[in-house]
Amino acid sequence: MNEKVIEVHNLVKKFGSFVANDHLNFDVYKGEIFGFLGANGAGKTTAMKILCGLSAPTSGDVKVAGFDIYKETEKVKRNIGYMSQKFSLYEDLTIAENIRFFSGIYGISPKDRKAKQEVLLKNLDIESAKDSLVGSLPLGWKQKLAFSVAIFHDPKIVFLDEPTGGVDPITRRKFWDLIYEASDRGITVFVTTHYMDEAEYCNRVSIMNEGRIEALDTTENLKKQYVAKNMDEVFLKIARNVEDPPKPSPKGRD
Amino acid sequence: MGEAISIQHISKSYKDVQAVRDISFEVKKGELFGLIGPDGAGKTTLMRILMTLLIQDEGKATMNGYDVIKDYKKIRNIVGYMPGRFSLYQDLTVEENLNFFATVFKTTVSENYDLIRDIYIQIEPFKKRLAGKLSGGMKQKLALSCALIHKPEILVLDEPTTGVDAVSRKEFWEMLKKLQEKGITILVSTPYMDEATLCNRVALMQKGKVLNIDTPRKLVENYSRKLYAIKSKEMHRLILDLRSFDKTDTAYAFGEYMHVTGKEDEVEATEFENYLLKKNHLELQVFDIPPTIEDVFMNMMQD
Repeated sequence: MNEKVIEVHNLVKKFGSFVANDHLNFDVYKGEIFGFLGANGAGKTTAMKILCGLSAPTSGDVKVAGFDIYKETEKVKRNIGYMSQKFSLYEDLTIAENIRFFSGIYGISPKDRKAKQEVLLKNLDIESAKDSLVGSLPLGWKQKLAFSVAIFHDPKIVFLDEPTGGVDPITRRKFWDLIYEASDRGITVFVTTHYMDEAEYCNRVSIMNEGRIEALDTTENLKKQYVAKNMDEVFLKIARNVEDPPKPSPKGRD
Repeated sequence: MGEAISIQHISKSYKDVQAVRDISFEVKKGELFGLIGPDGAGKTTLMRILMTLLIQDEGKATMNGYDVIKDYKKIRNIVGYMPGRFSLYQDLTVEENLNFFATVFKTTVSENYDLIRDIYIQIEPFKKRLAGKLSGGMKQKLALSCALIHKPEILVLDEPTTGVDAVSRKEFWEMLKKLQEKGITILVSTPYMDEATLCNRVALMQKGKVLNIDTPRKLVENYSRKLYAIKSKEMHRLILDLRSFDKTDTAYAFGEYMHVTGKEDEVEATEFENYLLKKNHLELQVFDIPPTIEDVFMNMMQD
């Protein structure tokens, strides 16, 4: 795992006088499962939007999938996948229609799409449901499908923003099977979660607090460093809960 | 202690979806009772029926003795409700929201200030700010203050900690404990299994049904299976190898370890160990582990 797919140097993002991201520095490697943790309002969503090319940094150098985030924003977008708990697929389209829609956006030819769609439906064991509306599927299916669609165009990196919120404990674990499989295929997984047991499944995790990365290492090293039994304890030690003033731009429940 | 909430054979369907299926249980006065379950378990539907916002298809429910259909007006005066979705007035300030809810219930903020002081004091510096401009944690505190301003006898909270980080979740539960000490009955729902241990009793729910109701301690004590924790250097390969082992019944990741059960609970630790050593797993650990609520829940899901 030597090839860097995300390179962040001195990333700063300000909203007026508020510093949402304060000199972030980190690299993420090919095939790595990277946990991006932090308290609500720590600046995770802001940083993730920048990495996805949806928001420009105030200063700093950022490369994603080998492309410069300032100058090659469109290339960045073509080489990443994104999935969140809130938005992922169109509920009023069928499974096949969703796949067609996202294939169109990412410029996948109809011929490739058909072949890939067959594999996807077979892997998820949902061939019989391909003409069902996504809205009618159980939440666990939706999330697995959303993940598979997010990596349908074989991106170098997939960003997952709280992908497992609200699902039952078995489905939550099955979702991580998909994450491991993607990682085995060489796709880098950049994931946020509030479940601290899931932090343990990551190769490395960073913990943000008040706009800064306070810790970044393997879970094993973090537990040693903070003399903690598990990641929950590490998190509680690092992420002091500070009620900060609201920020003008970042939306959502970061 | 009497019953604060009584639920008898409640069912509710939406078109062809059975959201709540014949649920019955009671919550005692002064109890902190948890509804634990994933999305689609029926937690919100059940709460909305108790809040007199939805009428059940079948069954009967009472809140401090009042019937949820017949006495809905009386119930609305004695319950406080914090819905899952932030539902205060975004275009009113913090202070205006609080005054509004106090007025609706024909009381004043000063009259019941004691009850909300510990919570409200944390957002008071921002009382002139519009509710829509508050951070997530502050919105949550304002919503709780508004739900408490008429000094309810029963407080109902629908997933107050969903999407909230581990530190804020801990703080929120500390606030609930304090409210319980003041004699308020609390019914709270959550998808986070670890929060079950903070309740006096919990109902584990899935797909509109109650799987079990008990104290968190009893639920764990009554888990009868033999559970092992297993760890190796390569966790993903460990998962795959354990699943393909013919003596494995269930194998799930639990943070740093796998939690594993054997078929018929007759598989010894050494059998897992020998199998995994043959598969060349390094830094292997296999040992007995007491179950968590999540193990209990997953075991019941499979029955």
